[in-house]
Amino acid sequence: MNRKLLEVKNLKTSFYINDGYYAAVDDVTLTVNENEILGIVGESGSGKSALAFSVMGLHTRAKMEGNIFFNGKDIVNVSKADLNKMRGNEMAMIFQDPLTALNPLMEIGAQISETFILHRPNMTKKIRKDRVIELLKMVGIPRPEYVYSQFPHELSGGMRQRVIIAIAIANQPKLLIADEPTTALDVTIQAQILDLIRELKETIESGVILITHDLGVVAEMADRVAVMYAGQIVEIANVYTLFKRPLHPYTRSLLHSMPTGGQDKLHVINGIVPSLKHLPRKGCRFAHRIPWMGAETHEENPILHEVEPGHYVRCTCYKNFSFQEDESKEA
Amino acid sequence: MSILEVTNLKIHFPIKTGLFNRTVNHIKAVDGVSFQIEQGKTYGLVGESGSGKSTIGRGVIGLEKITSGKVIFNGVDITSKNSNRKEIRKNLQMIFQDPYSSLNPRKRILDIIAEPLRNFEKLTKKEEIKRVEELLELVGLSKENMMKYPHQFSGGQRQRIGVARAIALKPKLIIADEPVSALDVSVQAQVLNFLQDIQKELGLTYLFISHDLGIVKHFCDEISIMYKGRYVEQGTIEEIFNNPQHIYTKRLISAIPDMNPSNRDKQFRLRKKVQQEFDQRYHDYFDSEGLAYGLKSVSETHLVALQEDVEKVW
Repeated sequence: MNRKLLEVKNLKTSFYINDGYYAAVDDVTLTVNENEILGIVGESGSGKSALAFSVMGLHTRAKMEGNIFFNGKDIVNVSKADLNKMRGNEMAMIFQDPLTALNPLMEIGAQISETFILHRPNMTKKIRKDRVIELLKMVGIPRPEYVYSQFPHELSGGMRQRVIIAIAIANQPKLLIADEPTTALDVTIQAQILDLIRELKETIESGVILITHDLGVVAEMADRVAVMYAGQIVEIANVYTLFKRPLHPYTRSLLHSMPTGGQDKLHVINGIVPSLKHLPRKGCRFAHRIPWMGAETHEENPILHEVEPGHYVRCTCYKNFSFQEDESKEA
Repeated sequence: MSILEVTNLKIHFPIKTGLFNRTVNHIKAVDGVSFQIEQGKTYGLVGESGSGKSTIGRGVIGLEKITSGKVIFNGVDITSKNSNRKEIRKNLQMIFQDPYSSLNPRKRILDIIAEPLRNFEKLTKKEEIKRVEELLELVGLSKENMMKYPHQFSGGQRQRIGVARAIALKPKLIIADEPVSALDVSVQAQVLNFLQDIQKELGLTYLFISHDLGIVKHFCDEISIMYKGRYVEQGTIEEIFNNPQHIYTKRLISAIPDMNPSNRDKQFRLRKKVQQEFDQRYHDYFDSEGLAYGLKSVSETHLVALQEDVEKVW
């Protein structure tokens, strides 16, 4: 068993909306070990990005409760100066949107150099430039010397995303949070970027949190998977277990709605993800999307149950869950 | 009978520079593409960003100027100046990729969906509202939503509003440019199912543009793979997925993530192998400019871009 790198304990991140605080991340507990990829899946609005931003300390106005231990040190209430020393150095993040994550007024080279100037002040200018070009080459950018002095608008989306990845991995972080790193990319580039993240994990034994809504990416990359719904983890398990024996109705519905190649109808999950303000705070949060399951099947205060070693499921509704008649033909 | 027939379509964009804005060169976004779509079928255009797949769609509907080639829609050559544009526009509609930017934020849903009706049909206010109600119902939204604005809807709902607008005039052909790529899996399933339902109901034909091979496999009857403005392979779903001939197609297919984690190493090795083959045999498949060759028939429906003499290697 590898060493624990990150430990999130009962984390609750709330945002102020109109009249009060509403929790976007609600009582999340998870660990990331060294040399491990933890996949976090869920639909938009499930709180996966809010969780990532919490770990990186990027929420400026949110109320955060609970603990986040990074290398044994609690970083929830750490000073901004200390956080700045860690961010981009020991922990780094790959942002989702390549269009907005780069500064449009700065050359690519300068944007990557920034992390070195901040965290490696002794590096000479020449070595810095060499390192940046090496990084650009590493993430598969053709003609890195030329791209070095280009501006973001001159690059395509895929190229920009690679620049963002180059910035994130510049200092070989111990913890890498990748928030939908390949969503904006083509499949062949996606495969290359994922290989790159995997390689990085193996060479510097980093822990990686891979946030995605693409179950295929998780199946190929992750060691363990956490499924999030409405701010909570509803299921967490080893990747093989999760794909072979998914238990929670939400996990099963998600897997069920993926196109498998047949021309049959796809499974559609009833209803929509509730907005933060209208989230049911009591009982099973998934209950209203599986209305055919009676109230007695749910727990009053759903907790994570360990059904087998390392496999946790929230609520008791998984026990006799089945898809509705007309939708379960191919189940 | 094919409803859309595209012959040797070329769309080139001029590159202009200098003091007098001289045209120095052209970007060949679409460079000699031909295909036909049968009535009621779904034809998939697959390729990576920049391959020209969207440009074909935009060219067919008239959002992009066609450099040369013929587009015959429903028996009418729409590239000729004499053709009745209005009639064509009525039967040819588009669903856009981004449900957030393709709906005017300052218009109510009623106005958005009624716009094509107002352009083509003279309806009274009452009739118009009734039609919009029906359309909303068809896409699974309640009529109370009519007076709302786009920001009050989720991504999936917005995309369905875009679909309602596209089907308002009962078109014959819908060009769907990445209609689900901005959506979550469960919403994606909803929109895809829905597109299939209305296809059956209204006898629609789709030109489905996508980069997601998983969805294309699920949704389309015939597909073509594009690379740098040219076709590299064209065929039915079975032909492309079970018997890919071109190295680029093989590479695309091998890059699809496998949903079974136990296959991960196998998939990884396969990808390595295909990449190796791609690097080694690149010049057998692409000419000196890195473009695909002309198409050769493998079977009646299956076409592959191959050099003449490479066929002996097979």
